Amino acid sequence: MTDQTVTFRVRRHQPGQEDAWQEYPVAVHPGMTVLDGLQQIKEQQDSSLAWRHSCRMGICGSCGMVINGQPGLACNTQVLDISDRRISLEPLSNFPVARDLVPDLEPMFDKHRSIKPFLIAGQQDGDEPLRQSPRQLTDYLQFSYCIKCGACMAACPTLASDADFLGPMPLTAAHRYNRDSRDDGFDQRKQSLGDHHSISHCHYAAECSKVCPKGVDPAKAIQYLKRDLVLDLVGLRRRPGPVPQGSPGTPRDDIPKAPEFTVKKP
Amino acid sequence: MAVSEKTMRPSGILRWLGGGRRGLEGYLYVIHRISGLALLMFLMMHVFFTGVRLLGEEAWSGLMEMANNPVLHFLEYLVYVAFAFHAVNGLRLIIIELAFGIGPPDEPVYPYKGSIHKQRPLMLIAMVIVGILIFAGGFDLVAMGH
Repeated sequence: MTDQTVTFRVRRHQPGQEDAWQEYPVAVHPGMTVLDGLQQIKEQQDSSLAWRHSCRMGICGSCGMVINGQPGLACNTQVLDISDRRISLEPLSNFPVARDLVPDLEPMFDKHRSIKPFLIAGQQDGDEPLRQSPRQLTDYLQFSYCIKCGACMAACPTLASDADFLGPMPLTAAHRYNRDSRDDGFDQRKQSLGDHHSISHCHYAAECSKVCPKGVDPAKAIQYLKRDLVLDLVGLRRRPGPVPQGSPGTPRDDIPKAPEFTVKKP
Repeated sequence: MAVSEKTMRPSGILRWLGGGRRGLEGYLYVIHRISGLALLMFLMMHVFFTGVRLLGEEAWSGLMEMANNPVLHFLEYLVYVAFAFHAVNGLRLIIIELAFGIGPPDEPVYPYKGSIHKQRPLMLIAMVIVGILIFAGGFDLVAMGH
């Protein structure tokens, strides 16, 4: 296991100045991530280099950047998985840049807020729990794994040519809540979804799904959201309501009874 | 460390073409948009040239004579290519945008195989049809002389 040297080519950005590429030779070893390489540069070569990170394990979504032309997370990209001996690092596309590899994600969060990313309660029967079947859970579970890293927004070609387009992340979030059987906010969300800069501008380039580090598949969510909007337009959309409270059912003879509680209820 | 050349970030439509690392569907997206713009431009030119008839038979005959040359026949063929691609790919997009052929929502298990893989047979069938139409049009142009 010998160390190799890989050149990290970083697009530096200082406010008010033109961008410039800067190169750093980095000794890499198996298991080293791009984020580890950046840490090494900051410790040993250039303390002025700026990027954003937090968890180091693909959960927080802070270290999104463009790695060799492809948006992704620096923390879950292995340096030696990249065949090039030069790794180019740029801030996420389609975002304003604060400094070096730090994008300003505020526009994405503004759009996210606009689609009301929370459960909107409808008519409920008192304090009854809102039951959900496994099938109803599967309808939105995949889309709830989004970590808001912005990789899909950086990859989206529609967002590149229309800055007001909502983008894959907010649209996926809208579908995630629309499909939740506990939610009743479809009519409120469709106001912002039907806008000129919204969902109709997506033509399935599927770049968002290609780069998503969590397998959320935003392109799939957006197509399902389109179908729901079309069905709603023609009055055929079925609301995924809560599972009705049924009778407890009749116990079957061939299934043994559960053992008695070992701790008595008070 | 070394500082190399200064650079500007590409923006807008330039980013449709940038990267070189798009998936197949990404390139189809770019071609779909460019062919759509080309067809729109052709439509405007077509309406304008057809309007020459209003100037009388002589003007119309002169225009037709000018249009009857190999370069314009080839440009017409390019319009046909754009139409064949845009029409068939558009049908493919309508199918996908109604959420057919992309698979149901599923638990993401690494390595992720999402809607891109599910819809690929549909995409390949559409592109084969486009290829056949383009070839047939080219055959018609070269061999039949239309």
